[in-house]
Amino acid sequence: MFCLLFYSFFKSLVGKDVVVELKNDLSICGTLHSVDQYLNIKLTDISVTDPEKYPHMLSVKNCFIRGSVVRYVQLPADEVDTQLLQDAARKEAMQQKQ
Amino acid sequence: MNYVPGTASLIDEIDKKHLVLLRDGRTLIGYLRSIDQFANLVFHQTVERIHVGKKFGDIPRGIFIVRGENVVLLGEIDVDKPCDTVLQQVSIEEILEEQRLKQQTKQETEKVKMQVLKDRGLSIPKADNLDEY
Repeated sequence: MFCLLFYSFFKSLVGKDVVVELKNDLSICGTLHSVDQYLNIKLTDISVTDPEKYPHMLSVKNCFIRGSVVRYVQLPADEVDTQLLQDAARKEAMQQKQ
Repeated sequence: MNYVPGTASLIDEIDKKHLVLLRDGRTLIGYLRSIDQFANLVFHQTVERIHVGKKFGDIPRGIFIVRGENVVLLGEIDVDKPCDTVLQQVSIEEILEEQRLKQQTKQETEKVKMQVLKDRGLSIPKADNLDEY
């Protein structure tokens, strides 16, 4: 099974507004609907944040983004408990060491 | 993509009209008929949409099987959302011509850029990537 830490992390952010930046430089703002073990992301109510050089997205409201093409997922700082995340990461690293 | 509720599954997207962005920059629009765990997709009544500036053109393609690794994103086309207000649909020949011209100007600017760099003794190693997006 893939690294479950970030899968659980994203699951805790479902319903929040995020901006997903893809490897092709496209940035999409939307509400996180769901995520899976491959970190594929489903967003609802999307809008292309950068100037709309990508007109084909005009009639799309919901989208599925393949995890392999994501470069960044931008989150507002107050949605993330960094202390919790740090502890969880440390725990995961310890488990993997054994 | 398993069938556990709450996970990002494509199972709900079946039989709906979708737009798929491919890694080589192409846009396909069609009815999603089948999926698998790798996000391999089967599209029905597929149309390839080419965008150049404010114009676009559609080329009918029939049935398409897309290998999952080439998928950038998949978007559900909302027929209610007003869209074609800014975009102008043109014939296939016209849009292909526009695309050819765009490619040409792009290649020319690339050539000039390379020449300028060469003159200064710099060179950008040509990344051997197929991904144009």
